[in-house]
Amino acid sequence: MHIVVPVKLVPDLVEELVIDPSGCALDADTLRLQLNEFDGHAIEQAILLKEGGGGQVTVIAPDLEGVDDVLYTAAAKGADRLIKLCGSFGQSVNNHAIARVVAEVIKPLQPDLVLTGVQSHSDLDGSMGPLLAGYLGLPYVGYVAGVTLGDGRATVRKEYPGGLVAELEVTLPAVLGIQAADQPPRYVAFTRIRQAMKTSTIEEQTVAALDTSGGPAVARMYKPEVAARATMLDGKPDEVAAQLVALFRELGVL
Amino acid sequence: MSQDIYVVIEHLRGQIADISYVLCAAARQLAAASGGKVVGVLLGHNVQNLAQDVAVDRLLVMDDPQLADFIPDRYQQALAALIGAQAPRVTLFGDTSIGAELAGGLSVQLGWPLVSYCRSVRADDGRLMYVSQLCGGKVMAEGEIPAPSALVAMVPGGFQAEQGKSAQPPPVETVAPTAVAGGRIALKQYIEPESGDVDISKEAILVSVGRGIQNADNIEMVRELAEALGGVVSASRPVVDQGWLPTTRLVGKSGKRVKPRLYLALGISGAPEHAEAITDSQTIIAVNTDASAPIFDIARYGTTLDLFDLVPALTEKVRQAKQ
Repeated sequence: MHIVVPVKLVPDLVEELVIDPSGCALDADTLRLQLNEFDGHAIEQAILLKEGGGGQVTVIAPDLEGVDDVLYTAAAKGADRLIKLCGSFGQSVNNHAIARVVAEVIKPLQPDLVLTGVQSHSDLDGSMGPLLAGYLGLPYVGYVAGVTLGDGRATVRKEYPGGLVAELEVTLPAVLGIQAADQPPRYVAFTRIRQAMKTSTIEEQTVAALDTSGGPAVARMYKPEVAARATMLDGKPDEVAAQLVALFRELGVL
Repeated sequence: MSQDIYVVIEHLRGQIADISYVLCAAARQLAAASGGKVVGVLLGHNVQNLAQDVAVDRLLVMDDPQLADFIPDRYQQALAALIGAQAPRVTLFGDTSIGAELAGGLSVQLGWPLVSYCRSVRADDGRLMYVSQLCGGKVMAEGEIPAPSALVAMVPGGFQAEQGKSAQPPPVETVAPTAVAGGRIALKQYIEPESGDVDISKEAILVSVGRGIQNADNIEMVRELAEALGGVVSASRPVVDQGWLPTTRLVGKSGKRVKPRLYLALGISGAPEHAEAITDSQTIIAVNTDASAPIFDIARYGTTLDLFDLVPALTEKVRQAKQ
């Protein structure tokens, strides 16, 4: 069983986001990138499947700031092979472009399963999974929370609103969009990541020119104008608590 | 190629999804600018009478036992044949567990551009424009919906579902089912949501926790507050993914929509997937140390106090008030 996990690095939303002078992109200099949270679940799911039934896990990431840490962390968790895609992954690069080059890298690996995070918060032109499945000519199921493998098939639990789950059987090879791994992504100590830096190798693959067709052009990017922001309550915890109790009374919930 | 705006009507187990009406409302705006008609597309089995109240100029129904349940590859093939032949100016989908994967697959299959996370649409000098929310709602991006044909996946928020409803049933045209090849995806069964727990969609007071709660042990403190208030504890996605609360308590796109009299959001940032499910709450009060968190855009009241300082004080004050 060979499982490939292509991941994305996305802006860390804890940091203040700044629009650059062009007015149609985020300011690259102040941006801090981190692993897309759902991709973290995809890596975890891949490693859980490997631990359960054996196999190999390959993690692929574009060469952006912080990529080495992301890849070594995946190795510390149990990934076997790390591939860094080298090219100009600037801000104008969209998911169609990344999916095209990732598909070319994945094809010769002949994986049984490709796991991606179901979405990221910067997917302006669609999430990675269905695009990748399209370019690879493989079936895709997204919003997956739960995967079991057997007999050339994956049995997956697809989540619908309201808690309804559809159990679907997918013939392998296939691409799955992971909403949540069977277990929350594991924590690895920094010492183990440092050890992985010594023992694992990051393979570099140069990718062809990026073709962004399939995504929309951005004419303007801006912070949302808010019609009515919350009335903020200030003071010490005791004072704010007292104000809230008064509010609860007013609302008739107390 | 046509100037029509197509809407893929989403439904699950005999229920039209609310987002379908939102799409109809958006389609009306686009059609007014493009000069085309609003055309609904309904795939399924025994669904002729399902979409009586969608505000479309005509409704295309493809009825096929093979389409009785949402099977991604079958639906994609059926839609590719239907919209591929018509080449509408824009085809609208819900950015949901059904629509998002159809739109992505079709973008590659048909070679048509895709705009996701679209919250609103408008016409600008005759050009059709999208407005999408990115970065968990912290940034908006807008631009022209690519021509001649594009796919757009929409999130709720920009249009009211009511705007996409009509008292007049639409004229229905039956479309011949397209042969569905064997397919590599099959439905085994549906698994019903766990029952036995409280139904958070019916609770009047919800004390909801997000990532800010930090670990499972801290849930107890929140449970005490909820108990004092006579409400129950609910949560956003990260808390449920960590296994700190069961899925039955999940508020959001993949959980439940709630409409309590009081929604107290503790350490919840208010990402769109969560925000869209709480907009029917009577009053939202948010506690988050990040003053720029989007939750404050939808809350009536807020504070940036640390929830770990506030919650014990608040529980105490609520208990006193009840004595």
